[in-house]
Amino acid sequence: MGSAGYPQRTKEVFLGGAQAREAEQPSIRMRLAPVSVDAVMLESRALQLSKRSIKAGAKRTAIDLIVACMDLTTLEGKDTPGKVYGVCARGIAPAPGVPSVAAICVYPSLVAGACAALADSGVRVASVATAFPSGLASLDVKLRDTREALAAGADEIDMVIDRGAFLAGRYGAVQAEIEAVKSVCGRSPLKVILEVGELGSYAAIRRASDLALDAGADFIKTATGKLSVSSTPPIALLMCEAIRDHARNTGRKAGLKFAGGIRTTKAALGYLSIVFETLGSEWLVPERLRFGASSLLDDLLMQREKGESGSYAGAAYVATA
Amino acid sequence: MSAVLPELSYAPAPESTAPVTLRECYGLFIGGEWTASEDGSFFSTQNPATEEKLAEVTQAGPADVDRAVRAARRGYEKYWRKLRPAERAKYVYRIARALTERSREFAILETMDGGKPIRESRDFDVPQAAAHFFYHAGWADKLVWAVQGTDRCRPLGVVGAIVPWNFPLLIAAWKIAPALACGNTIVLKPAETTPLTALLFAQVCAEADLPPGVVNIVTGDGRTGAALAEHPDIDKVSFTGSTEVGKSIRRIVAGTPKRLSLELGGKSAFIVYDDAPLDQTIEGIVSAIFFNQGHVCCAGSRLLVQESIAEEVIERLRTRIATLRHGDPLDKNTDVGAINSRAQRDKIVELVQSGVEDGATLVQADWTPPERGFWYPASFFTNVAPTFRIAREEIFGPVLSVMTFRTPDEAIERANNLPYGLSAGVWTSNGALGMYTASHLAAGVIWCNTFNQFDPSSPFGGYKESGFGREGGIAGLRAYLDV
Repeated sequence: MGSAGYPQRTKEVFLGGAQAREAEQPSIRMRLAPVSVDAVMLESRALQLSKRSIKAGAKRTAIDLIVACMDLTTLEGKDTPGKVYGVCARGIAPAPGVPSVAAICVYPSLVAGACAALADSGVRVASVATAFPSGLASLDVKLRDTREALAAGADEIDMVIDRGAFLAGRYGAVQAEIEAVKSVCGRSPLKVILEVGELGSYAAIRRASDLALDAGADFIKTATGKLSVSSTPPIALLMCEAIRDHARNTGRKAGLKFAGGIRTTKAALGYLSIVFETLGSEWLVPERLRFGASSLLDDLLMQREKGESGSYAGAAYVATA
Repeated sequence: MSAVLPELSYAPAPESTAPVTLRECYGLFIGGEWTASEDGSFFSTQNPATEEKLAEVTQAGPADVDRAVRAARRGYEKYWRKLRPAERAKYVYRIARALTERSREFAILETMDGGKPIRESRDFDVPQAAAHFFYHAGWADKLVWAVQGTDRCRPLGVVGAIVPWNFPLLIAAWKIAPALACGNTIVLKPAETTPLTALLFAQVCAEADLPPGVVNIVTGDGRTGAALAEHPDIDKVSFTGSTEVGKSIRRIVAGTPKRLSLELGGKSAFIVYDDAPLDQTIEGIVSAIFFNQGHVCCAGSRLLVQESIAEEVIERLRTRIATLRHGDPLDKNTDVGAINSRAQRDKIVELVQSGVEDGATLVQADWTPPERGFWYPASFFTNVAPTFRIAREEIFGPVLSVMTFRTPDEAIERANNLPYGLSAGVWTSNGALGMYTASHLAAGVIWCNTFNQFDPSSPFGGYKESGFGREGGIAGLRAYLDV
């Protein structure tokens, strides 16, 4: 094969570029110990946990927990102040007797409107930032994005990692970026979105989780919700294990946010069991657990109603935003 | 931020026993009919989780076994050997479908009679049993393709099968499915403490219109099994159970033309190298030793862990066993159910006591068992020397012995240094090391980075005192053919 037809220089030029970047930032090329995750037992344990039977009183408790730990989300190009107003109102009072959600999650430009709508309800405002969802912008742009969201009143920031840098092995760059965003956030919680569907393997997801936790992430979050592969039970289990080990090694109990593709109560209960049996009930609080979802709330309210009245009310009886 | 949030705990989620209809007393299924024994004696079978009596079951004597073998011979000569293989396949398929359709009923009954968690009988025992019938049905008219170098492949005739109490329906299926698909008829003797799913299976055979005598079920204790193995008109004995009984059956069969398959005890090694995927390894250990309360012949009951990571593995295992959910086997969230019988519980207690007296350190899940029923909490021993009884004898309970090694060759030598050789587990991220280790282990089944994976197309069986002959796959077919 050799270099037939291809200019020899291409590779060198490319490496030269990488080396130049490395020279700017010495920590870029971090050597990490190998991470080993085996799919078969990971998936079998996750399946076992997501099949736990949560019935009767436990189901009602669990539904209320999931609502209280929810980041009710709207992240569409067509979002408007009017839409956000509706989502906020629903998040404050989803249905009679149901707790408020933990936060409303929106784009930075809609943060101010969300803050006004939520006022002193106790529901927080979470903003995506750092060139969500691709994360492909300069660090300066990402930090400005973050500052603006915070200045507009965001209580929490959901950032995306630079998957390109991660997959190229520039772990130091990924870590440095998270640290920089965290320092802008100060005491405001930072959720770090790994976008697991782009990482390609369980071992990479575990590595990214460890990296984000070491860099000071307050939460690690599965996905942007923009891909077809986002949260799955084995990935949830894997990330719980990373958080558990981080807590064991450092004493810091970081949180976990599931996002993308969780639309039914049954699926959400499966994730709850995974957290419950891997991390324990200490993690079943909004400070450490979030479900990022837009449509999940509908099914939770229908299932809750079914538990009380014995029959399904139908979608038309659940007020959506 | 959080107001007062309710604390989550799983509410009891018991599986309903409504799908199961028990008879007060069961006869023997011989020649397609329910018959009484010659001397009219019965024994009772109980639910080990509650000690409640479930039903009276017939104790078959030698005369009853003789009737069953004669019925099987008649069924063989008159119907089964004359049937075209494709027609045989239809019957086997029909049984597979009936098991699938009635899976819930079978699962609940298996759990009531044996004490295993409903999660396991529902997700493992019954689907696997059905899978064996589906798989073997496909072989019935293709057997010449299963044996190389000859076009002679005839049935053996009448098979006498004796099965244990740990996977009552599944191991019965391991024997009945290939026996029927290969053109044999069968007399099955289920274990004394767990006869009920075999008796329900007899009903399935009757409803499938299986010709009379093709499947016969005789219940009873060890004497019934001995009478079956001794019967002169049996062509093959297939036994799964303890090594001790296996040896006595081998003595019975010696000097006769009977063929023999034995699947016996084990003390299988679970080898963990320092580069193993640790969280999955812990799940593998849990499956290896706590699946079915450790009542598994291929249980990974000896954990051999590389000394450099031993502390870490032990610590993680200690944390993990605290999260196992012990209790009511019918509860859908139960991980560890009831011990199958009082005798087995006493045996576990006795062996654990010996471990403590030898100087090993016992770690046990903190759980208070109910007053009634037979129970044993998930346990493991550290500081185990390879000479201790708990490192050499099969406990057949939820008790693991943890030992360490330094090099791959030492792990292999330790693993092989027992008269048993049923299964082994190897855990490493290094494929070459995994293959090297597996190729030096004297064990019939070796799992790499997993444990307790079964499939009807994959042969199962042992080396040395764990038995001989294979069940499942092409190798398993040969055990029921005159090649």
